[in-house]
Amino acid sequence: MKCDTANAAAVKFGKYGGLFVPETLVQPIMELAQAYERLRSSDDFKDELAGLLRNFAGRKTPLYHARNLSRELGCKTYLKREDLVHGGAHKLNNTLGQALVAKRMGKTRLIAETGAGQHGVATAIVGANLGFETQVYMGEVDIERQKMNVYRMELMGAEVIPVRSGSRTLKDAINEAMRDWAASFEHTHYLLGTAAGAHPYPTMVRDFQSVIGLEAREQILEAEGCLPDSIVACVGGGSNAMGIFAPFLTDDVRLLAVEAGGRGPGKTDRTADNGASLGYGSNGILHGALTKILQDPYGQILESYSVAAGLDYPGVGPELAYLAETGRVQPKMADDRTAIRGFRALSKLEGIIPALESAHAVGYALSEPRALGEMAIINISGRGDKDLATVMDYENL
Amino acid sequence: MKISEAFQNKPLLIVYICAGDPTPDATPDLVRRLVKAGADIIELGLPHSDPIADGPTIQAAAQRAIAAGMNTDVYFDVAAQADVNVPKIFMGYYNMVYARGPDRFALDCAKSGIRGMIVPDLPPEEAGPLHDACRRYGVDLIFLASPNTPPERLHMIENETSGFLYLVARTGVTGAKSDVLQSTRDLISRVSGDVPKAVGFGISTPEQAADVIRAGADAAIVGSVCVDLIARGEIERLEELVREMKAAIVGAKGKAPIVC
Repeated sequence: MKCDTANAAAVKFGKYGGLFVPETLVQPIMELAQAYERLRSSDDFKDELAGLLRNFAGRKTPLYHARNLSRELGCKTYLKREDLVHGGAHKLNNTLGQALVAKRMGKTRLIAETGAGQHGVATAIVGANLGFETQVYMGEVDIERQKMNVYRMELMGAEVIPVRSGSRTLKDAINEAMRDWAASFEHTHYLLGTAAGAHPYPTMVRDFQSVIGLEAREQILEAEGCLPDSIVACVGGGSNAMGIFAPFLTDDVRLLAVEAGGRGPGKTDRTADNGASLGYGSNGILHGALTKILQDPYGQILESYSVAAGLDYPGVGPELAYLAETGRVQPKMADDRTAIRGFRALSKLEGIIPALESAHAVGYALSEPRALGEMAIINISGRGDKDLATVMDYENL
Repeated sequence: MKISEAFQNKPLLIVYICAGDPTPDATPDLVRRLVKAGADIIELGLPHSDPIADGPTIQAAAQRAIAAGMNTDVYFDVAAQADVNVPKIFMGYYNMVYARGPDRFALDCAKSGIRGMIVPDLPPEEAGPLHDACRRYGVDLIFLASPNTPPERLHMIENETSGFLYLVARTGVTGAKSDVLQSTRDLISRVSGDVPKAVGFGISTPEQAADVIRAGADAAIVGSVCVDLIARGEIERLEELVREMKAAIVGAKGKAPIVC
């Protein structure tokens, strides 16, 4: 597995992406990239992953025709039910894939970052199931907001390490995981949870998540005999969005990426009132990639905000930055209020409580139904049980 | 003084401090005192909100400095005010350079007497625009090599770096540690060319500084231990430590490596 590349060439998306990491991480990253490149075309690897996705994760997930929501929107609307994946979110698609790569690279320990806790839980699941020592970095602020997910991780044998640096949220948890990895790469795999960061993560995470779009494409063709007019997905780092968008990139299908509008476009010296890097951000480097980020004029990263912890990230995956720049993906926004509206509406209309992250996609659809065309797929990236306390607090304000 | 001129009087002691910690006003005087105590090159860190290559000590310094009003404009003012007769080097993360524009950044370095740049999250593969700008304004762009950098890549980095080669004594992040010696020796022995070699990450005592010089380094870089003393307000102790470090490396010059 050792490689000696005089030049560490990174996959780029237009000018976005790259490998902006300390020298100590270049070699572990190149070894990961080469291992992944080899495994992605290995039948043995693909079979093992497909088996786990089917029998353990519970795929394929339904593409459900939401009749009541359709009536409300005036658009035939299907829901891709990633909320039904084991663990309650799409995150397991990626953690299973990366954990199998790590296993074949001979790694014995997994580290991960988590914001809302969903990726941490999905990492704890694969850690328990596939026999890794697992440590999850989580900001102190997020630990306080997501106690149940902390307990879930611990139940499954993962250790949750509180992050007290910086804003004590997701971006700092990623920083801390990168620092850990710079000292532990010999036996540790860094299981990044979204399609962001340095090469090869944006590509690898997109590929593992594209099972969402591949299934949805097949399912909609079977149900309707044609492709939808639009696909709507929420965007934090962008893994569920890239997962469902990727197989439709060359089709005549509108791809709507809904970011967290939070409390609005406001910002201070240190903070932004939203998580909308495509909408309000500018080009810069965060966590190893050139992408769209929320920053001050000097390049200090702002602390983002969203009612949905999973969208509370001041960057976005480089491929989405590129697709937004070329116009292939249309960045949209749903603020907190719109997301809460989506959360309530889907619960009441369909008996499905979406994650607050996914509720941004639903809320956007409800506020801009004409953007959807006549037929749409909304990606329900996760279920909302984790968010009940947050929504109750929000409504009491 | 250029960096290459400084290396004519090796071994050198390179001291890192975080600009603006505890306040921007304090930095120029601190630089002068460090040089008086024996620092041969000053590495002046520009604080960043997300310093992924740094341990807790320098992270905390960066947060203090940002809170005290440090930004890139203030940084260059402070650097210019710190008028010393040894080279000053910029150390900071690439997004801060990118946000200003590599060309303007390198020009501002040259104007404020900064002779070199260390950007720990910028490997040579991504450094094209900054490399060009540094050449244009006569600023050295210093690259890092790590104990896990493989031979061919190390050779490439040796060719790309200018001023000196920054050898990371151990994997992980910055911060005082005790186990730097063996990995440092291994790394130094793998550098083939005659580029000056400076070793940093984890050096916190005069003995460790002397050890890396005996192991064949041309310079020892100390950071976190100094930043920690500044945080505690122990400036006289810091000056004393710099004097001790300098004496230790000068004493180690030309001595045979300790066999262990």
